[in-house]
Amino acid sequence: MNSDLKLANDNIAARHRKARIFRMFCAGVTWMGAGLLAILLIQVTVDGIKWLDYQFLTSFPSRFPYKAGIKSALVGTLWLIVMIAMVSIPIGVATALYLEELSRKGRFAKLIEINISNLAGVPSIVYGIIGLAIFVRGLGLERSLLSGALTMSLLILPVIIIASREAIKTVPMSIRQAAYALGATRWQTAWAHVLPASFPGILTGVILALSRAIGETAPLIMIGALTYVAFLPEGPMDSFTALPIQIFNWVSRPQQEFHELAAGGIIVLLIVLLTMNATAIFIRQKTEKKLQ
Amino acid sequence: MIKRTFQRFASGGLILLIATILGAPVVSAQQLRGTVSLDGSSTVFPISEAVAEEFLAVQPRVRVTVGVSGTGGGFKKFIAGEIDINDASRPIKMKEVNKANEMGIGYIELPVAYDGLSVVVNKNNTWVDHLTVAELNKIWRPGSTATNWSDVRAGWPEMKIRLYGPGTDSGTFDYFTETINGKSGASRPDYTANEDDNALVQGISGDVGSLGYFGYAYYAANVDKLKLVPIDGGNGPISPTQTTINNGTYAPLSRPIFIYVRPDALDRKEVRAFVDFYIDSAPMLASEVGYIPLPAAVYARAKKRVDAREVGTAYHKEASPISANLLDASK
Repeated sequence: MNSDLKLANDNIAARHRKARIFRMFCAGVTWMGAGLLAILLIQVTVDGIKWLDYQFLTSFPSRFPYKAGIKSALVGTLWLIVMIAMVSIPIGVATALYLEELSRKGRFAKLIEINISNLAGVPSIVYGIIGLAIFVRGLGLERSLLSGALTMSLLILPVIIIASREAIKTVPMSIRQAAYALGATRWQTAWAHVLPASFPGILTGVILALSRAIGETAPLIMIGALTYVAFLPEGPMDSFTALPIQIFNWVSRPQQEFHELAAGGIIVLLIVLLTMNATAIFIRQKTEKKLQ
Repeated sequence: MIKRTFQRFASGGLILLIATILGAPVVSAQQLRGTVSLDGSSTVFPISEAVAEEFLAVQPRVRVTVGVSGTGGGFKKFIAGEIDINDASRPIKMKEVNKANEMGIGYIELPVAYDGLSVVVNKNNTWVDHLTVAELNKIWRPGSTATNWSDVRAGWPEMKIRLYGPGTDSGTFDYFTETINGKSGASRPDYTANEDDNALVQGISGDVGSLGYFGYAYYAANVDKLKLVPIDGGNGPISPTQTTINNGTYAPLSRPIFIYVRPDALDRKEVRAFVDFYIDSAPMLASEVGYIPLPAAVYARAKKRVDAREVGTAYHKEASPISANLLDASK
């Protein structure tokens, strides 16, 4: 009896020890991720902050580090964001809505679903090759902002569709049933109730996808985005450059000053990303309140 | 360093000044418009960027764009007629010549500067005083059995030799393997390959037994971290410097870099003006961004070639027997 109790006690102590170790392991892994990010941010800030001024934001690229700036890259990236959003959001959300709400759940829908999931895992350079073949050469759009935006839209569509579908799935069935009970058609239900109710979730997915798009370099290089551009695009058919391309170019140059400029460019890219994310969170909170 | 920065500042300012004085009154009379598109090698990019930047001061309404998709990628676009000028860190290949002929695309070959491929070792490497071309070949040839420094030359330490070099997509790799191993692309495969030359600099500077090669500009920016190896090509060991690369004594590792221009694009005034400006300003701008200008006679002949719109390459006799190598003028 006594020895049984002792054994049980030992067991409890051992299990608690295991639990502690597991907790420490998880905490360690979490902090390692955060720590690496912190180190990266600190290093980038230390290297780049001294180059970050008004002149840096308003100058074109130059062979002199102190004269070089990211005006054309920043404006190119902003153009890209707007155009990608205009193309990918309507198509992505409509596809998700169709697949979740309107289509018959047959073998065909299943096939499309599997395809979309697979497409989300295709390396970005492959989309660059598709973009080059279809948009740049096939449709003759040349190396324009439009080609870039369409290619990037292809790249992030699977992500938007998957995220939007997840968001639509979380809308309670009771909302749909209430609408049907009042005689609403499927379209009316989807448009007036399901979509607004899932809007915050969709928005999160869209912003994450757009963030991925503006950080991508490979497909843009593939379709022939340029590295030295000393003018601002005036329309969707103009040639362009973008932040990651400019950063990539500076990093690969021999002189230390250009590496620091690249760090400055990374800070600007991060600010653009964080601004986008903050806007999304802000809108999400606004709309969530309104629905309740 | 400060002095060099100052020199850059001064020469850049000088160009601007000249451009303003000469350009302003003339330019307002003949203000060009349109676009000039360049693409190609990342090695040539800094020169093209510098030329485009200065050209903008003279012709602010001409849109000059420079892309970086590699020498080969640039030739693809050039042959498809998508760009006016291709930046190339190696001569056009026979395959590309055939393709261009098939598509009816002409090309004017213009050397714009020299790049001295630099062989470097770790700063703490005390034994290497120079390397001969034969020794380089012994190290780098396919199937090489040199694993220790002592295998390269008797008397050198029994230390493992670790190799660093550019990846196979690079024009630098093509040129080095062709000159040292006799065949473009032929290299021992067991070395640390990286397309990013800065990564090679990092690797070599942190590894006592290392040896690597890349463009001169990357050595010039990291003089304090690396040791440059003089190369003996048959006339005694020579280090790459402005002088030895320019006068051709740093052989065989100094390579010309080029622009290829489409002759029909020259019909457009803005392209013609840009190409002329390129040749005129290349000597000064090339050295500013870490390359070595060609002898003045070569630039003069390049201008004549543009005037005559003489197409073809000097590197494949069977493809175009009429085209002389402009660089021969200096040798």
